[in-house]
Formats: sequence, structure tokens, C-alpha cells
Amino acid sequence: QGKFTLLRDSRTDGSFLVHHFLSFYLRAGCKVCFVALLQSFSHYSIVAQKLGVSLAAAKEQGQLVFLEGLKSCLDLLFGEEEQPGQPSPLQFLSCDLRALFDFVRLSLGAGHGGKGPVLLVDDLSVLLSLGAAPVAVLDFIHYCRVCVCCQLQGNVVVLVHSNEDSEDEENELVVNSLCHHSDLILWAEGLATGFCKDVHGQIKIIKRLSLRQAEQDLVQIYQYKIQDRNVTFFARGLSAAVL
Amino acid sequence: LVFTEEDKYGLYSSLLFKYFLAEGIVCGHDLFVASAKEHPDNILKELPAPLLDDSYRKELGDEAAAVKSEDFQDSMKIAWRYQNLPKMETSPTTYTKFGHYYDVSKKMSPELCQSVKLHTFYLHEELPFEPKMKTWNMNSGYAKLLQSIQRIISQEGFDGSDPQKKQRNILRIGIQSLGSILWGDDVCCSDAPEDPQSLTKFLYVLRGLLRKSLSACIITVPAHLIQNKAIMERVTNLSDMVVGLESFIGSERETNPLYKDYHGLVHVHQIPRLNSLICDVSDTKDLAFRLKRKQLTIERLHLPPDLSDTVSRASKQDLAGSAKLLSSGCGAMAIGKKHLDF
Repeated sequence: QGKFTLLRDSRTDGSFLVHHFLSFYLRAGCKVCFVALLQSFSHYSIVAQKLGVSLAAAKEQGQLVFLEGLKSCLDLLFGEEEQPGQPSPLQFLSCDLRALFDFVRLSLGAGHGGKGPVLLVDDLSVLLSLGAAPVAVLDFIHYCRVCVCCQLQGNVVVLVHSNEDSEDEENELVVNSLCHHSDLILWAEGLATGFCKDVHGQIKIIKRLSLRQAEQDLVQIYQYKIQDRNVTFFARGLSAAVL
Repeated sequence: LVFTEEDKYGLYSSLLFKYFLAEGIVCGHDLFVASAKEHPDNILKELPAPLLDDSYRKELGDEAAAVKSEDFQDSMKIAWRYQNLPKMETSPTTYTKFGHYYDVSKKMSPELCQSVKLHTFYLHEELPFEPKMKTWNMNSGYAKLLQSIQRIISQEGFDGSDPQKKQRNILRIGIQSLGSILWGDDVCCSDAPEDPQSLTKFLYVLRGLLRKSLSACIITVPAHLIQNKAIMERVTNLSDMVVGLESFIGSERETNPLYKDYHGLVHVHQIPRLNSLICDVSDTKDLAFRLKRKQLTIERLHLPPDLSDTVSRASKQDLAGSAKLLSSGCGAMAIGKKHLDF
């Protein structure tokens, strides 16, 4: 409850973590607000079906609030004048991310059972590509954290991309700042030795034991291989292909 | 959304672009060609002609048969451990049903071109911008292009908006040299461009349009001119598939004996991961291309065995460099032979 989880990927695609969290929280019965900026609804829906969850049903029941970034963007640009008083959540494209935050707050406001609500964002780096300033993005996350984690006792899960030798300073700024604020970081990295068929990457799990006291973070490293319906994790160097 | 980084002189990427369009014509898809460099009509006139199935299949069949009969007798004496590895096929020898083959030396006949609906967009011929869509601080060239694409998609019903239309077709969109100075975007010229987000915003909206309709798009970009690497990273995140072409013309690799059979390398930076957790993982990601008189082939990078008497140490650096490129399984045979000093 009240945790901020950061999903981070470098040199590989960490979206399998997003799919996992989505189906995990839906199965647990929490109310989920999913801000999907990069892919369409059908993509998530098809993968979720393989993982055993139906997004369409969850949406109808009101358990899932889905913001499809691509579609809203098109409606905003090519659509007719929208009704006044109903600003689109992507209005930030002209100013700041306040409208997006309002959308999140409104959708998670009404509780759903006893479990805390969840905000899931895929992915935050796209907001920078769309013209938002890094400070605006950080403010948005901060507001979301206050609202969801503290007031509503929910969880926030956010995906960002980063690279170690990245020249994208704005992105690195956002990612570093978020790293310092997260309770749990799941960092999916491509292997340093290059592409391999049997081991798709390595995941580092960094758990903040306490944000106030100066205790060491708990770090665990596993390697993984992604299959059609699940992901197998194993200790480093012990992939099935080697044994 | 297939994103191609152009090679230095643009020769091979325009060839790849034409292949995409030609395939569309042969399959009966509608085409939309946009360019600021060359008039789209000129591009369309130069599409390679499709090969008739029968003659080419026979050719392929003959080649494959010849290869197979030779290799059968070879059993390895020294590197016998490798005998059991499957024969590495550098190019597809069996005729697969996927796609068609083209003859680059011949042009496609105009009748075949006319058999599908062609839409073109030549930046310098477009009318000045009438804001039917909110510009959103985007470069006006890009905005016009988006508006044009969106208009075609909704008019022709590619987005399923017209339920009467029974026959669904696919729209193939090709955009050439996006991001170059000709589009009015200085992202390729300066290190700190004025409006770095135009290109990424354009790609985002294009991605939305593609997802909403039955279309596929290939974009070529002169990536070697873009000095701001941050933009390339963001662009890579926004595309489904990113392929880079590196040609050997004018670089030191042209004379490198390792690469003498090829004209360039194909770098696959990203493959699409749509509608599933996994993506298509092929054995190797080292591909090279070669332009023969009649066709452009993309094959696995296959180092020739180093048979020289003096194993020159000078070329060790090169090998080390290319060893970084080689992943497991690909170069095993070639490098294995090299290190056997008998």
C-alpha cells in the first residue's frame, strides 16, 4: 500500500513488466487507472488475455479506467471542437500536465472495494517527446504520488526508458529523480555481452528499505527469458540452455 | 511503423524504399508516397519490376540443387565437431510464399503502377496551410503531411469508418527523407535545433493514425546527419521497427577483405513487439546486404575463413571489432577455422 514502483529499462524492452502489473492488480481486484501512451488498447488486451485477464470486461465493470494516448491525441488534433467543460486529458499539449493529473484524480477518486487504487503509466518518457518539460513531468508524478499513495493509500507504477550512455539529458534527469523517490525499482537491462536467444535480459530489483534512515538498499539480480505466456526468471548464468 | 536510417549517400535506402512500394503494388495495396526531395511521380516511375514466379523459382531451384550436391560429399576432417551443426543458410534457398522478388535492372510497367490507387504528397507543390487541424506547435511541413494522410485514411475508409465498404484494403505509406532540411526542419543541421520536438510529435501522431487504420508505413531518415542523439533515442522508442543501413562506400570497410562480398551492413536496432509478450527472435542479428545486378539481397554476415599463411595481427583489431557484431552461433564456423593453428 502506498508504494511507488519504478520500472526502468535500458537497451531492451521492459514492457512485459507493465503487462504483468496490469494483470496482477486487476486480478487482485484493485481499481486501476492505466495511462497508456505508447500502444493501442487492443495490444494490451491481447496480451492480457494470454495472461488470463480480460481488459474489456474490467473496463465495462469500471474496474479499469483506460486512457489511450494515441487515440485521444488523434481526437484532439483532428476532431471537431469538443464540448466546453470537458477538456481532453491530453490538453497538456498546449500547457502543463494539470489536465492529465485531474483525469487521474477523478478516475481514481471513487473507491472500489477495500483495496487501494493503482495508477499505471506506460510510458513516461513519451511525455518528454511530446513537448512536456522535465520539470512538468516530475511535478505531475509528485502530484500523483501525493494523491494516490498518501491520500488514497494506493500504488503507483511507472515505466521509463533510459540508457547508460544516453545523451538525452532531460530524460536522464527525470529518471534519476524518480529513482531517488521510488520504493521499489525493477530495472530490466539487456545483457552487456549482446543479444542472446536464450536469455533475454537481466532484471535488477532494488528495494528501498527505508527512505529516511541510511540503510543499504536491497539489490537482487536475476536473468530472464520471455515466453509467450509468462516470463521465467533464474539466477545469473543458470539459464536452461546452459544447464 | 518501420523506421529506416539512411546510409550515407542514400543509394541503398532508396532502393529499399522502392521495394516496399513495389510490393504494395503487386499485392494490390493502395500507396501513399510523400517526399520533399524528389517528386513522388519520379519515384514511382523507378520501381523495380516484379519477377514472374516461374522463371525465378526455377533459377532458385537450380542454384539450390547445385549447392546441395556439392556439399554432400564434404565431411570435415579437422573441425569434425562442427559436422553436426546445421548448415548455415546465408540466403533463403527455398521459395517461400511470403512476398515477391523483384528485378532491379528493369522498371515496373506503367500499367501495373496504375492498377492501384496512388496518392502522392510533394511538399513543394502543396498549398499553403489551411488550419483544419490544430498545429500543436509542429513544423508546418509535417502538419500538412499529417493532415493529408488523415484525409486519405478517412476518405478512403481505411479506418473502418465506412461500414458499407466490404473490401478492406491496406494503405502503404512511404515517406522519404523525413527530418531533412527540405522539410523545413533543422534537426539534421544543428546540434541544438530550434524545435526538436516536431519530429517526435509527428511520429507520435503518425503512430496513432497507423494504429487506428489498416496501414503500414516506412520512413527513411538521414540519421547520419542528426547530431543530437537524444532525438534518435526518442524516435527509436516511438517506432515499432528500426533498421539502419550502413553502406561501405567511401569508408575504410570497403577495402577490408572481411567484407569484400558485401556492400553494406544492416543493423536491426529494434523489432516490433506487438500483441504479445515476446518478439520474433531470430538466430542472429548480423545482416549484410549486397546489390547484385538484378537484386538486392540481405543475408547473414558470413566471414570468409581466414586462409592466409601469415595470420596477420593487424587485422586482429578488425576482427575484434566485428566480433562485437557477431553473436553466438553465427560466426562459430568461420572463426573456429581461423584459430586452428596447425
